[in-house]
Amino acid sequence: MSILVGKDTRLVVQGITGSAGSFHTRQCMAFGTNVVAGVTPGKGGQLFEEKVPIFHTVRDAVKETGANASMIFVPPKFAADAILEAADSGVSLVVVITEGIPILDMVKVKPVLDAKGVRMIGPNCPGIITPGERCKIGIMPAQIHKPGRIGVISRSGTLTYEAVFQLTQLGIGQSTCIGIGGDPVIGTQFIDALALFEADPNTDGVIMIGEIGGNAEVKAAQFIKEKMTKPVAAFIAGKAAPPGRRMGHAGAIISGGNDTADAKIKILEAAHIRVAPTPSHMGVAMKEQLLERGLLR
Amino acid sequence: MKIHEYQAKALLKKYGVPVPNGQVAFSVEEATAVAKQLGVGDKKVVVKAQIHAGGRGKGGGVKLAGTLDEAIAHSKAILGMTLITHQTGPQGQLVKRLLIEDGCNIQHEYYFGMVLDRETSRVTIMASTEGGMDIEEVAAKTPEKILKAQIDPATGVGDYQINQLFFDLGLPKSAAKDFRNVVLGCYNAYVQEDASLFEINPLVLTKEGGLLALDGKINFDDNAGFRHPEWAELRDLDEEEPTEIQAAKFELSYVKLDGNIGCLVNGAGLAMSTMDIIKHHGGEPANFLDVGGSASQEAVTEGFKIILSDPHVKGILVNIFGGIMKCDVIAAAVIAAAKQIQMTVPLVVRLEGTNVDLGKSMLNDSGLAIVSADDLNDAAQKIVKAIGA
Repeated sequence: MSILVGKDTRLVVQGITGSAGSFHTRQCMAFGTNVVAGVTPGKGGQLFEEKVPIFHTVRDAVKETGANASMIFVPPKFAADAILEAADSGVSLVVVITEGIPILDMVKVKPVLDAKGVRMIGPNCPGIITPGERCKIGIMPAQIHKPGRIGVISRSGTLTYEAVFQLTQLGIGQSTCIGIGGDPVIGTQFIDALALFEADPNTDGVIMIGEIGGNAEVKAAQFIKEKMTKPVAAFIAGKAAPPGRRMGHAGAIISGGNDTADAKIKILEAAHIRVAPTPSHMGVAMKEQLLERGLLR
Repeated sequence: MKIHEYQAKALLKKYGVPVPNGQVAFSVEEATAVAKQLGVGDKKVVVKAQIHAGGRGKGGGVKLAGTLDEAIAHSKAILGMTLITHQTGPQGQLVKRLLIEDGCNIQHEYYFGMVLDRETSRVTIMASTEGGMDIEEVAAKTPEKILKAQIDPATGVGDYQINQLFFDLGLPKSAAKDFRNVVLGCYNAYVQEDASLFEINPLVLTKEGGLLALDGKINFDDNAGFRHPEWAELRDLDEEEPTEIQAAKFELSYVKLDGNIGCLVNGAGLAMSTMDIIKHHGGEPANFLDVGGSASQEAVTEGFKIILSDPHVKGILVNIFGGIMKCDVIAAAVIAAAKQIQMTVPLVVRLEGTNVDLGKSMLNDSGLAIVSADDLNDAAQKIVKAIGA
């Protein structure tokens, strides 16, 4: 069933009545996501879109509806608390869309989720989608996706759409696409998602989109080399980025010497991972490998 | 967000970290008064240029004064100079503030820093006996000389961690109390003030046996600005690009670069990739500009204005992946913006996503000299060609 989300996902949306929360929840529902509840403290008892019950707290929502995943649109100031609330309420997956959460808030929150065994995606991410099972938890445009057998993992939102679009144009569908987020402290890392895709019988290959800053791609390269049998195509954004300047994402800043795009590309290539030379070649870099392995005709 | 050394030291002092006595001065008169007050003549004082960039000493922005006349002469020379260091770029940075502080007798220079370790998601202390020099060089050549301690956010710094660092650094007993104050003060300040980077380089062991933070660098996590209204006072707009300040007002993320092809893109990753592909085809990007997810007409117009305020810009590439946002809405914004500001440079637009055909035909029918591109690769080739012609 692809990874993490699918037809069995029962979603609760925290911040469902806010402008972004309500808009994107409607989009998710239109795609087919099973949204079972919403949470806005003070608005419990109301209905969203005349069918989804709203609760004061996540605990109430989970108790009444059996929600097993949460999507968070709560503003940065209250987001850390919302994540802890979700984790404390029994859901197993928390997808945090909110951008701009203080880094030290996440430093405190992450170990709590890890200890509880709750998986977090994000924050500051577009979310996760399994097109073949009509399950979208996030803000990505659903119509560019096509059900299929390629996984996509990325630190960047629109660049994920670019990769997905290229695949769909080439006639190659996706099993699950995950935006892991552009912040320094995030829940699900490249290696976590790679391991899940490697184990998923419905995934044939993975596109991994990294960028400057941090060493997540370096760890991923090692993981791919040692543990993965499925083909991986990679792209690293930020070759033209100067050191010391934050490029939009809180995590996209070259601070040492080994976190440049060139350094990461070198390490990926040394691990025999195909790296797309430009962002226009991500889909092709995947297609070539599928053809070589006879996974595509 | 970055702050000045004198601001960082004031903050460190508040948290109990030992720093030299000193004060900021905005004029030679103020500098003279501070030097007198510190008792120059009986002892030496240091006159330090206050700019955000590092490498000030090598650039001539830090001078020792033994007499009041020397202190005045150094203040006159440094205040108002354009200081060029490896971090300012060739244009340098005008010095408008000085820090006048006590000199000290240096026995040894250490490095002490604090930063988030992304791998473990923990604040990490870094310390080294190789202080006073470029720590990245130390890390590259002799990584074993960088000591690390990762702090559990639930428990804070453990005494055992302070001990380990203290003994590994080989500090004398006389410095034990000061070192404890440095570690705990820095960690408390880092967490309570929402820092993203702390650096004391050098942390000095004086001949008298105590420790002093001789330099101080603090960056704040911009995301936490909502709970730190006091940051507004610490901010020095002279140290920032005026265009970047303007962009931030419209929630645009803009970074000025040295090339001549302006870029207007939605999404940080796509914006970086757009710069990359321009470079791949032999062009040089003039900026990074992420207009965000909504890309309203107002934001797009402001984006164009900011890009065009850079006289080096010879052409603009617009790259929008309209997801939730429809391409016809974006096309309308681009057309309105281009008309309003009377675009004179070549404009290549690549649109993709929802309602792309409608968006493209709107651009074609607009009567504006807009070159439409089929994909990102095509767009980059077209803009590089357009400015080369």
